[in-house]
Amino acid sequence: MAQFDVRETMRLGLLAGVVAVTVSMVGMVESFNQRDVITRYLTLGQLLLFTAPVVAGFLTVKRAGDRSWRALPNGALAGLFAALPIFALLLLTLAVPTIRQQLVNVSPTLIRILTFDNGQLVGGLLMMAAMGGLGLLGAVVYVVPDRISDPISLAVGWTLLVGLLSEVLLNVLRPLLSREVVRFLFGTRGIQWQTAVIIFLILAIAVFLWRNGGRTYYQRIPRQVLHWLALALAILIVWIPRDFSWLPPSINPLWIKIGLTLIPLILEALLFFSTRSATQPALVKSITDNQLGRARLASRYLIVLLILPAILGVYLTEVVDNIGLFILMGLGLNIVVGFAGLLDLGYVAFFAIGAYVTGILTSTGPLGVAGLSFWVALPIAVAASTVSGLILGIPVLRMRGDYLAIVTLGFGEIIRVLAVSDLLKPYIGGAQGVLQIPKPVLFGFTILQPQHFYYIILAGVFLALFIAGRLRDARLGRQWMAMREDEDVAEAMGIHLVNTKLLAFGIGAAFSGLAGSIFAARLGSIFPHSFALLISINVLSLIIVGGMGSLPGVVVGALVLVGLPELLREFAEYRLLLYGALLIAMMVRRPEGLWPSPVRRRELHAEDDLAMQEPA
Amino acid sequence: MALLEVHNVHAYYGNIHALKGISLTVQEGEIVSLIGGNGAGKTTTLRAISGLLPPRAGYITLQGEDLRRYKAHQLVSKGVAMVPEGRGVFARLTVEENLEMGAYHRSDRTGIAADMKRVYQLFPRLEERRRQLAGTMSGGEQQMLAMGRALMSRPSLLLLDEPSMGLAPVLVEAIFQTIKEINKAGTTILLVEQNAHMALQTAHRGYVLQTGEIVLEDSAHNLQQNPVVQKAYLGID
Ligand SMILES: Nc1ncnc2c1ncn2[C@@H]1O[C@H](COP(=O)(O)OP(=O)(O)OP(=O)(O)O)[C@@H](O)[C@H]1O
Ligand SMILES: [Mg+2]
Repeated sequence: MAQFDVRETMRLGLLAGVVAVTVSMVGMVESFNQRDVITRYLTLGQLLLFTAPVVAGFLTVKRAGDRSWRALPNGALAGLFAALPIFALLLLTLAVPTIRQQLVNVSPTLIRILTFDNGQLVGGLLMMAAMGGLGLLGAVVYVVPDRISDPISLAVGWTLLVGLLSEVLLNVLRPLLSREVVRFLFGTRGIQWQTAVIIFLILAIAVFLWRNGGRTYYQRIPRQVLHWLALALAILIVWIPRDFSWLPPSINPLWIKIGLTLIPLILEALLFFSTRSATQPALVKSITDNQLGRARLASRYLIVLLILPAILGVYLTEVVDNIGLFILMGLGLNIVVGFAGLLDLGYVAFFAIGAYVTGILTSTGPLGVAGLSFWVALPIAVAASTVSGLILGIPVLRMRGDYLAIVTLGFGEIIRVLAVSDLLKPYIGGAQGVLQIPKPVLFGFTILQPQHFYYIILAGVFLALFIAGRLRDARLGRQWMAMREDEDVAEAMGIHLVNTKLLAFGIGAAFSGLAGSIFAARLGSIFPHSFALLISINVLSLIIVGGMGSLPGVVVGALVLVGLPELLREFAEYRLLLYGALLIAMMVRRPEGLWPSPVRRRELHAEDDLAMQEPA
Repeated sequence: MALLEVHNVHAYYGNIHALKGISLTVQEGEIVSLIGGNGAGKTTTLRAISGLLPPRAGYITLQGEDLRRYKAHQLVSKGVAMVPEGRGVFARLTVEENLEMGAYHRSDRTGIAADMKRVYQLFPRLEERRRQLAGTMSGGEQQMLAMGRALMSRPSLLLLDEPSMGLAPVLVEAIFQTIKEINKAGTTILLVEQNAHMALQTAHRGYVLQTGEIVLEDSAHNLQQNPVVQKAYLGID
C-alpha cells in the first residue's frame, strides 16, 4: 500500500505551477500562442502551459509508485496546485489593474489566454478545473498498464511534434498533393484536427502492434528483403516529381535521377559479383567486402542527401545550409574542446577571419583588394584562420580550464571589436562591413541559390567529418585524448604537448575558417555583428547537447539547436532561455549528450557497463 | 659508467628551492631506493630526472648522455619511464587503451603485442579487466595499470613514485614482489617510497632525502641497520 505524501504532491504541483506562470510572465505563452499545433484547437502556447500539470500529475503518482485507481485523485490534486500560481496572477491583475507597468508581459491577450476569454474569476476557476483534469490525465497515464498507455502517449507526443513542424511537412508535400488535399490536412499555421487524428491513430496502432508481437514478426523478415525495401524507398524518393528549376540549364534533371538510381544499383551489382563469382573482376578484388557493404548502406542515405534540396524547397534548404555551417564549426570546435579538452570560448573569431579574408580577397566593391575568385580565396581564408588559430594557441599554451576559457573569450571579442573599429575601417569597412562579395562560379555556372550552396556545404561537411574521424583514430587523436586526461602523464608517455595543442587549435580554426568563407560568399556581404559571442556559445552548446567528442553528436546537436529554432521562429526570441533550460536538463538527465561518443558513454554509465560484463 | 647520474641538481618551484644540490647514481640492473619524509623532495627529484621540471643548476646524465638536451616527451624514447605519484592513469580510457598509450612512441606492432602479453602475465588482473575504464578500477589495480603502462615503453630505467601508497599490506607485498621480478627481467629501477621498510628490503642501495638534500647514502642492508634511519623512517626506537 503506497503512501501519498500530500507535501510531495503540493511541492510537485506548485513547481509545475511556477514553471507555467514563469513561461507566461516572460511572454512565451503569448508569443507561442500565435502558432497552432492543431488548427483552431491547440496552440503552442497552450501546449507549453498545459504540459506542466500533466507532468506534475504523472510524477506525483510515479513517486508514490501506486498503480491503482486510488492514486488518481492525487494526480488531480497536483494539477490543482499547479493552477494556483496562475490563479494568483489572475487575482493580482484584478486587484492591481496597473500591474502591467511592472510586469510588461502580462498583457490583456495573455489574460485572455489564461482565462479562456472568461474574465479573471470565472476563467481562473476554469483554468483550475482544466489543470486539475490534466493532472488527473497525467496520473491516468501512469496508472493504466504500459501496454496501453505507451502507444497512446508515444502517439500523442509524435502527433504534437508533427503539428509543431507542420511547416516542414507542408513545404515538402505541397508540390505533391492537390490543393484540396493540402487544405484538408493543413491549417494556416498547423495541422487540421483530422490530420492529428489520422496521425495519432496510425501511430498508436503501429506502436501497439509493434509492442504486442509485431517486433517478432519484423525480426522474422529476412534482412535481404528489408535491405531491398529500403533501397526501393530511397529510389522512390528520387523519382517523386520535384522542383528542379534551380539546376543549371545545361543539366537535365532526368540525368540526375538516373544517376542517383544507378549508383546504389551498381554497388549492388559489384557486391553480387564479389560474393558469387569465384573469378572476381579485378576492380572488385581490390575492395574488401566489408568496405563494399558499408558503401552499399551509405549509398542509400547519400542519394537522399543529394536530392534533398529538391525535396525541401528554397526556404528549408536555406535552413539546412545554416545547420550545415554550424556543423562545420561544431566539428572544428569539437576537435579543440571535445578531443583535446581545451575550452575555447572565442571560436567565432576564426569564423570571422575566414569570412573577412574571403570578403576582401573577392569583393568587387571599394574594399576588394585582389578580385580573386572564390575558389582561390577559399584555401587562403582557411590558411589564414589556421595561422590565427596557431597564433592564439601560443600565448595560451600554459593555460588550462577557466583561464584558457577567459583568454579565448577575450580573443573572440578582440577580433569583433577590431572588425567594427575605425582603426581598420579603411581595410575591412568597420560597421559597414564588406559588400559586393561575388557569388562563386563553378564551370561557368554561378552558385546563387541556397540549393547550390547546399552542395558546397555538404561537401565541406563530408570533408570535415572525414578529416575529424581520421584524426580521432590516428596518433594525433590519441595524443589529444591523453593530453585531455593528464598533461604531465601524457608528456611522460612521449607526447609533445606544444605541438599537440597547437595542432588542435590550428585544425579547429581551419574548419571554422572554411565555414566563414562559405558564409561570406553565400551572403554576399559581411558585417561585424554577424560574429558576436553568441555564435561561439551556440557552437559550444551544440557540442555539449550532441555529446562532447562525438562526431554524429555534432550533427544531432546542430539539428536540435540550430534547426529547431529556425523552424519555430517564435522560439528565436527565447533562444537563450531555451538553451539554458535545455543545457540544464541535459546536464541533469543526459550529461553524455544526445549521441555520445563511446568514451563518454562508458564513462558516465560505467556501472551499467560493468553490470553487463558481469555474468549474473 | 652508471646508467643514471644526477650531478648536484638544484630545482625550484617559482622561488621555492625544492632540491638543494642533489647527487645520486643508479647502476645498470640495480634497484635504488630514495626515502624521506613528506615534502622532502622525492617526487621533485623524479620530475627533474624525467624532464618535467628541468633543473636550474646541475645536470643529469643517462648512459653518459646529458639529458638537458632533451624535453620531457623525448625521454621515453631514451628509455626512461615514470609511474607518477597517485598513479595518474588515464581515467576515461580503458585498461587496454592505457597500456597502448604506454607504447605511444613505438611503432613495432609485434613488439608491442609481445609486451602487452608480458604485462598481462605480470598482472593477470589487468587482463581480466581489459575493457574496464581505468578510473573505475580499485586503487591497487590502478597502481598495477600505471606500472604496466610504464613497462609498455620498454624502459631501461623505471621511475616509481610511491607504488605502495594507499594499498593494503597484502597488496604492498605483492607489488614489491613484482618490482623485483621486473628488475630481474632486466629493468633498472629508481624507487621512491615512504614505506622505508619495504623499500629497503627490496632495493640494493638507498638514499635518504631531507628537505631537498641527500643526508645519507648506503647499501640497503646498512641503511636498515642505521640507527638514524631506524628511528626516523622505520619506526624502531
Ligand atoms: N607545484 C609545486 N609548486 C610549489 N611547490 C611545490 C610544488 N610541488 C612540490 N612543491 C614543494 O616542493 C617540496 C618537495 O615536494 P615533493 O612533492 O618533491 O615532496 P615528496 O618528497 O614527494 O613528498 P611526499 O612524500 O609527501 O610525496 C615541498 O615543500 C612541496 O611543497
Ligand atoms: Mg611525493
